[in-house]
Amino acid sequence: MSLNEDLTRMSAVELAHAVQTGEASAVEVATAHLDRIAAVDGAVHAFLHVDREGALAQAAAVDAARAAGNPPASPLAGVPLALKDIVVQKGVPTTAASKILEGWIPPYDATITTKLKEAGIVILGKTNLDEFAMGSSTENSAYGPTGNPWDLTRIPGGSGGGSAAALAAFEAPLAIGTDTGGSIRQPAAVTGTVGAKPTYGGVSRYGLIALASSLDQAGPCARTVLDAALLHEAIAGHDPRDSTSIPEPVPAVVQAVRRGQGDGIKGMRIGVVTQLGGEGYQPGVLDSFRAAVAQLAALGAEIVEVSCPHFEYALAAYYLIQPSECSSNLARFDAMRYGLRVGDDGNHSAEEVMVATRGAGFGAEAKRRIMLGTYALSAGYYDAYYGSAQKVRTLIKRDFEGAFGAADVLISPTTPVTAFKIGEKVDDPMAMYLNDLATIPASLAGIPAMSVPSGLAADTSLPAGLQIMAPALGEQAMYRVAGAYEQARNAAAGFALLDRIAALPTAAVPTAAAGR
Amino acid sequence: MSAVPSTEQVEPTGPGGTEHPTVSREDVAHLAHLARLAVADEELDRYAEQLDVILHSVAAVAAVAADDIEPTSHAVPLINVYREDVVRPGLTPEEALAMAPAADAGRFRVPQILGEEQ
Repeated sequence: MSLNEDLTRMSAVELAHAVQTGEASAVEVATAHLDRIAAVDGAVHAFLHVDREGALAQAAAVDAARAAGNPPASPLAGVPLALKDIVVQKGVPTTAASKILEGWIPPYDATITTKLKEAGIVILGKTNLDEFAMGSSTENSAYGPTGNPWDLTRIPGGSGGGSAAALAAFEAPLAIGTDTGGSIRQPAAVTGTVGAKPTYGGVSRYGLIALASSLDQAGPCARTVLDAALLHEAIAGHDPRDSTSIPEPVPAVVQAVRRGQGDGIKGMRIGVVTQLGGEGYQPGVLDSFRAAVAQLAALGAEIVEVSCPHFEYALAAYYLIQPSECSSNLARFDAMRYGLRVGDDGNHSAEEVMVATRGAGFGAEAKRRIMLGTYALSAGYYDAYYGSAQKVRTLIKRDFEGAFGAADVLISPTTPVTAFKIGEKVDDPMAMYLNDLATIPASLAGIPAMSVPSGLAADTSLPAGLQIMAPALGEQAMYRVAGAYEQARNAAAGFALLDRIAALPTAAVPTAAAGR
Repeated sequence: MSAVPSTEQVEPTGPGGTEHPTVSREDVAHLAHLARLAVADEELDRYAEQLDVILHSVAAVAAVAADDIEPTSHAVPLINVYREDVVRPGLTPEEALAMAPAADAGRFRVPQILGEEQ
């Protein structure tokens, strides 16, 4: 194994240490990952754009600061990252995987992007997703699907399939995801990686292209719980530019992980949600979950069963609220100030141009959700659909309040099934929506939730995930359990899950071809 | 300019209440019009079928949405947030127009708006 390959296998913590001690320069680290992307991304297609020049310039700045004797900008200085292509980065193409934004160059940085740059984190490029983050497989991307590095004929989850695949393909040790109904957690589960959705408002939404404003939340993706916690602290915090941003200190999640790894979780109460299991869940996923419960019990946690009866209605409520907000948010794509414009030939009116542009620029799932939302919000049906869904949201919040009275954190399988074949569910929207069964309740309640690998499902030999949910702003309990569980599972198995992933086909792709 | 006037009434095609009426191709055409979306004629039936299945599934929310339950519009309670009314740097005209589909004389150039129905 060459030095470059070694570098792509290292964790973010190890890479940051290597850069700080001079064992490797930030430019060497960035180059190793850019070369890896060039070699494997033709097959994986995790990236929509690779910013080689920009990444090397950021890395060089980290090296220059070190050479000048400055302390590291952050604990992650010099570590490369893959940015989901729904987060804007000044001067770098951002598409949200939609044709309607093809070729758009943002004139500003998202707050997340600013924080990453200030932390000395090196942004390698923009990752693939379902169009405007609506989907559970990344097949709704206008630029083609991403393969799951465990089996390239299968989906990497969605909407953040590109970010999760980039981690599992060792193209980047860190990635940014956004989670509206499970788009960080579900891809993490099916790729054997870690992904955390913070409390709603924990990370600024300024510069995130909006899908459903009351649900959207950006968060960290990584291969280890500690790496995710470090990235969490780098991007979280109050932002005056996002009026829904929480004006509270960032939870000390890195310390929480170390506490879980050092002191364990003895005496913590962990609730198993009755309704998140059973019918609709794959046997291998349930077996993996039961093994995780046994492991947590063996660590001294008190396992309790909790009932959340209204979770049964969560999926239905979500698929009314989300499309309603989506139809409103996507109204901004009107062909007037930026983005695609079709049919502007002097003979067509602004309205005709708008209709033609939106018809040509949006994919099938975007159109479905826009029409669903338009229906649910329309005068004749508002009370029965949108109004009822908002009441169900109240009931789900109450269920969580009751459950957190009996348990410090709640757990479930992250997804009902392991990665399915590309194309298998693409024409059956309801079958696709069922992938979000276990992740949606936490989204509707705005509470933090994360997915940690729980091993390979015995029936498919593909990764399964353990979901850990905590009360609002209860990230420390969540990360503490995640850190303890990850350590115990790896120790019992004798290896981290991704150590067992098969090698990817590599090609001597010319560097330029790695970009779109 | 909003492309989706959400206050317009969707023509009901059947009785209201918790059971949604079957979605027809005409309903899809009307929804597409409200949302300013060009949808090809040959796609109307497929969308009608898919929207019908989805709406049938999500109609379950009405079963538990009793009158005395307060709706939740946001995950966390929201209060009005104000900032100081001070001048801050924004985009230059050049930056704002750089990604415009068409610009003319320092402004966004848009297709004709006169002669439309409204």
